[in-house]
Amino acid sequence: MIAFLRLLSRNRLALAGGIVMLCVVLLALIAPLLPLADPDVTNTAHRFKTPFTEGALLGTDHLGRDLLARLLWGTRLSLMVGFAAAMIAATIGAAIGIIAGYFGGRTDNLIMRGVDMLMAFPYILLALAIVAALGPGLFNALIAVATVNIPFFARNIRGVTVGIAHREFVDAARLSGMSDARIILTEILPNVVPVIVIAMSTTIGWMILETAGLSFLGLGSQPPQADLGSMLGEARSALITNPYTSVVPGVMILIIVMAINLLGDGVRDALDPRLKSGALSRPMAATLVNRTGPVPEPKGNGLLEVQDLETQFHVKNRVYKAIDGVSLHVKPGECLGIIGESGSGKSVTALSVMGLVASPPGVITGGAVRYDGTDLIGAPYKHLREMRGKNVAYIFQDPLATLHPLYKVGDQLIEAIRSHYSISSAEGRKKAIDLLRAVRIPNPEKRISDYPHEMSGGMRQRVGIAMALANDPDIIIADEPTTALDVTVQAQILALLDDLRKTRGLAIVFITHDFGVVAQLCDRVAVMYAGRIVEEGPTKAILDAPMHPYTARLMACVPELGEGKRRLEAIPGLPPVVDNLPTGCAFAERCHKSQTACRGSDIALVFDTGRAVRCLFPDNPNAEAAQ
Amino acid sequence: MTAALELTDLSKTFPVSRNLLGRTTASVKAVHPVSLEVSRGETLGIVGESGCGKSTLARMLVGLLEPTTGTIKIQGDALDTSDAAKFGKRIQYVFQDPISSLNPRKTIRQIMEAPLKQLHRMPRAQRNARIADIFTSVNLREEFLDRYPHEFSGGQAQRIAVARALAADAKILILDEPVSALDVSVQAQVLNLLADLKAQLGLTYLFISHDLAVVEAVSDRVAVLYFGSVVEIGEASDVFRAPRHPYTKLLADSAPVVGRKLAAPESWETELPDPLNPPQGCAFAARCPLASDLCRSTVPRLDENGGVLVACHHPLD
Repeated sequence: MIAFLRLLSRNRLALAGGIVMLCVVLLALIAPLLPLADPDVTNTAHRFKTPFTEGALLGTDHLGRDLLARLLWGTRLSLMVGFAAAMIAATIGAAIGIIAGYFGGRTDNLIMRGVDMLMAFPYILLALAIVAALGPGLFNALIAVATVNIPFFARNIRGVTVGIAHREFVDAARLSGMSDARIILTEILPNVVPVIVIAMSTTIGWMILETAGLSFLGLGSQPPQADLGSMLGEARSALITNPYTSVVPGVMILIIVMAINLLGDGVRDALDPRLKSGALSRPMAATLVNRTGPVPEPKGNGLLEVQDLETQFHVKNRVYKAIDGVSLHVKPGECLGIIGESGSGKSVTALSVMGLVASPPGVITGGAVRYDGTDLIGAPYKHLREMRGKNVAYIFQDPLATLHPLYKVGDQLIEAIRSHYSISSAEGRKKAIDLLRAVRIPNPEKRISDYPHEMSGGMRQRVGIAMALANDPDIIIADEPTTALDVTVQAQILALLDDLRKTRGLAIVFITHDFGVVAQLCDRVAVMYAGRIVEEGPTKAILDAPMHPYTARLMACVPELGEGKRRLEAIPGLPPVVDNLPTGCAFAERCHKSQTACRGSDIALVFDTGRAVRCLFPDNPNAEAAQ
Repeated sequence: MTAALELTDLSKTFPVSRNLLGRTTASVKAVHPVSLEVSRGETLGIVGESGCGKSTLARMLVGLLEPTTGTIKIQGDALDTSDAAKFGKRIQYVFQDPISSLNPRKTIRQIMEAPLKQLHRMPRAQRNARIADIFTSVNLREEFLDRYPHEFSGGQAQRIAVARALAADAKILILDEPVSALDVSVQAQVLNLLADLKAQLGLTYLFISHDLAVVEAVSDRVAVLYFGSVVEIGEASDVFRAPRHPYTKLLADSAPVVGRKLAAPESWETELPDPLNPPQGCAFAARCPLASDLCRSTVPRLDENGGVLVACHHPLD
């Protein structure tokens, strides 16, 4: 709640709207306590007194009634009717929407077609018809305005409910023995309330306006009772001679509706989870760089060399050290595996290379990324953009998320090629077909005009690989490219990547959590834990004789096919959170070998004949000698 | 002894399109008639790739989907397959994604109390004692009870989900990919916990997963599903070591294993059969190296072959 108010107050316009609204509501509330003239007493002797005359601050109307008193009492009435109509419309509309969305099928069809019919009438006509049937009067006008707005709520809420009703927690509630009514009340409703509030905050101003409209036509409040609409209606005949009688209620309506709408927009922005998560703040084109320390000297290791890279996420006052001093290198034709659990920093490492970490909140705070010797950190965006795809290309986990759903895969491929080379679209098409053939998509001439959803997961990932290959990069960074795929498809994709590396001399950085995949594809492997590399070396050596206890125990956790039913090794505890890392070894907490020295000070990554380990008491210390 | 769970010809057909009168004009058979038996205290693993019907099967078993044909018997009693609430006390379900199976706006206590209140009508004092018991058995601290789901890691949330399933006091748990959303180090914790609970409480598991190694490590018997049908059932130790069905062999050969050379186990052109236009004979025939004309014309039956049940005209030795 406090967070909500803070978010709301950050929006200046909403804050202004809120303050104005608060004043208006306060004035309306205390109207009976103020020393006002009786709003309904006529005094024809004093008709059409201009504003600021003695005894009538805002003047009097055609019957000599005090306009200030009528305005405040009228505002009170209009606000009450508006809020009441909004509450009624929201309650009934939400109920209809939830029922239609939850039960679905025929119930949904029947209800929503009824709502559609209601919506098909012009709203004012419908309101007029309702008032005509029920007779004029403020209460009937309220019913009419509420009825007219029910469809809006019903449709909105139904949409949201359909999404929630298919969530797993609703199924779980059903299995807990809850009845439909209880599920609706305790599982669905709490998740829908924010949407109801948003919908209400944006429509309440509109409803006040509609009520005023009906009163203006003489169908709402009946004389002598004043509301803003009827005041306008009565002033109509004196519009030319005494314009202030119309201006006074008109300005009030303007103020109320403006204030409510500004406030409503603010409430919507503050409550909408998508906007809250920062959808409005677009990330920058390249990750923010704020290097304080010196830039490491080039060592000339491989084509891509990552040196002491530090990337952090700055969220409010917290600093998440996503990666802290990561060094890697990869040569042409070589495959480097990065293995680790979620949150270990393996993806952030990969994204930092081309400045693809979203900023804010991401900041690269140290180290260097050298492509063929030149540092890319802090390089101008134009240069980075030139290199993305052409020198270093990415393959991501979920090709359904990285391919645009509304464009044909061929067009997306051609676009990728043409963003680096100016070639005709016919040439582009030819090249795209070649690429699809290279990733072994059967019948590429036909598949090129498929949309992403028309392809299977494996085919889509092949398109993802084709797109990475489009501009003949030297390095491909593959971030869990087979995690979302079935095993039979995974085997095909891995074989394809291995093939491409051999035939094209590609350097591959392969990020995964699967030791089996690493063993089959990678020459070298780096194991990451809590943002740091804990062990690195040739794949076979590490898999045969892991030196870091984390590597050893992680490998023991993974069941291997062909060993039968058994109890698995588990690592107790959880990885540390990277905004509050312990001093010393981050794994000490979970390690069976940890000693006091492990928690003392920073532990360095020690290199020894092709292998490196960050541990004071490594396993298999003589692994080198033994080989 | 009666089986803990017995399915007879259970199948599910989804209508895909209807004409104006609401009559089905096209449909997809998600699960072909399946008959299975799970004995008390057993873990039956079910493996298959995406779209093979394993989740549809699981949802029918707990009453979240009404089967098109067939019956479900639990300890000999037939279940009314049209009422989900009747299933709750007999059979429970653990979902794949632990976070989304917990209502984000309820505390863990409210979530845990639901089955005790709704299924068992327990008074408050008894509920608290029972929740404390269950939380101890899944290694969770009681102070977690007043927190909200988003405050937990995947492994903790999955343990809470298991705890909720236990609260219903059902003897059969359907575990639908219970560890696929978890990291390997946490995955092992949850799998071991499940094994301990099973031994302590005498539970029966149906363990669904796409991960062959995990299924093999936890199951007594394994059923392999392909395109909505069971193609092979056998002892867990045998199924992948000595597969009889060519599809099982393909699965076993595709799993990445340390020390095995990388090779694509089948040709590049293969794609799954189209569910809207299913093949006439064996669904695997188009991908199968041993396929004959018989395979392309006649659907093979699930028959006994060397200790396992195989649905294949040309089983491997």
